Amino acid sequence: MSAVLDLFTLIAVTAGVFFFLAGTVGLLRFPDTLTRLHAITKADNLGLGLVVLGLVPQVDGVVTGLKLVVIWLLLMLSAGSVSQLIARLARDSDLRQ
Amino acid sequence: MTASLNLILAALILGLAVWTVIARDALAAVMGFIAYGLLLTLVWVQLNGIDVALTEAAIGGGLTGALLIGAATRLRRGKAATAAVTASTPSPFPSPLPVRLLAAILSAAVSVALAICVLILPEQGPTLAHQVAANIADTGVGNPITAVLLAFRGMDTLLEAIVLLFALIGVWSLSPDGFWGGRPGLQQQKDPNGILAYTARILPPLGIIVGSYIFWVGADHPGGKFQGATILASMWLLVMMAGLADAPRISHSWLRAGLVAGPLVFIAIGFAGVFTVGHFLGYPQGYAKALIIAIELALMPSLTLVLGLLLAGAPQRGAEP
Repeated sequence: MSAVLDLFTLIAVTAGVFFFLAGTVGLLRFPDTLTRLHAITKADNLGLGLVVLGLVPQVDGVVTGLKLVVIWLLLMLSAGSVSQLIARLARDSDLRQ
Repeated sequence: MTASLNLILAALILGLAVWTVIARDALAAVMGFIAYGLLLTLVWVQLNGIDVALTEAAIGGGLTGALLIGAATRLRRGKAATAAVTASTPSPFPSPLPVRLLAAILSAAVSVALAICVLILPEQGPTLAHQVAANIADTGVGNPITAVLLAFRGMDTLLEAIVLLFALIGVWSLSPDGFWGGRPGLQQQKDPNGILAYTARILPPLGIIVGSYIFWVGADHPGGKFQGATILASMWLLVMMAGLADAPRISHSWLRAGLVAGPLVFIAIGFAGVFTVGHFLGYPQGYAKALIIAIELALMPSLTLVLGLLLAGAPQRGAEP
């Protein structure tokens, strides 16, 4: 059972790290603000989500697992709001030019 | 494994420090500085200094970062205005070569002096940790950091709280005469249905719980009033920036009373010590923990107000709405 859980953790965290890597590459290589935002939000939401999902079976106690999930939810809230704000600023400054 | 992680961390921090110094754009340098603060937080976690890590994340990365972002955007606006007036292409460097050389020499001298100080430290530094560990039971608190901050070195913490007040007075004194007593000129979002207003409705309840929790566990675990107050202040700022509540007029008497209440309670308890045990900031036997909690409870709202208003800045609108 624990071997299965370990394998699950390994796969989920690796997938999460992949999304972080892809998001970072996108952030560095994409041409404009909106596409870069698109890339970085994948790292935040999916990457961290998968890492958290992978870590949950490894912690002792339900409360610690819940804390991890709450951290992910909080990060989605802040990352989602901030990327909307950045996107609006980018759109507005495009219109002004 | 841990050693290689630490090496990577140290290399990243050094790289970011260099980047922060050589970045030509002020805003880019500030971004580097914020990331640098977050990495320093990780270093403190690695060193088991969770209290310092919390403070570094809240004050070093968060609060200072926000202040610097504000300063950098103001500088940028000022530069654009100068360029428009003089109609010349702005030089990529803000100041002439001798000034920059002088700044570089001064900063390098400070760094070298600090490095020498660190390197000549004895291997086994002088420490009072044993005395703290031996006497912590008398204070009634379990977290040695809190015991040092509020019992063994209470004077430092009192002066720290007062210094913050002076800093706020310094910020306020930058306001133009006409706006004295007015509201800080925060940049406000006008859209009540916008995403910022949404966040400002969802996040503060959580932030208030987390801030109060960090404040309360400070007695026995890493945490305390400074870290808790920073979180509460950031929630307050979020609500103000989203336009859900206006910044208070700095002439409000309740606001000023709240600002000085914490330090006043601290000083009053300090003087009470003169009469009960014979010296300033002494706590009578058995009452130490109650008095420490009273001081922390009184300081927390004052610190929240000071930190929030420090970031809100000098008044830029008149006293009348």
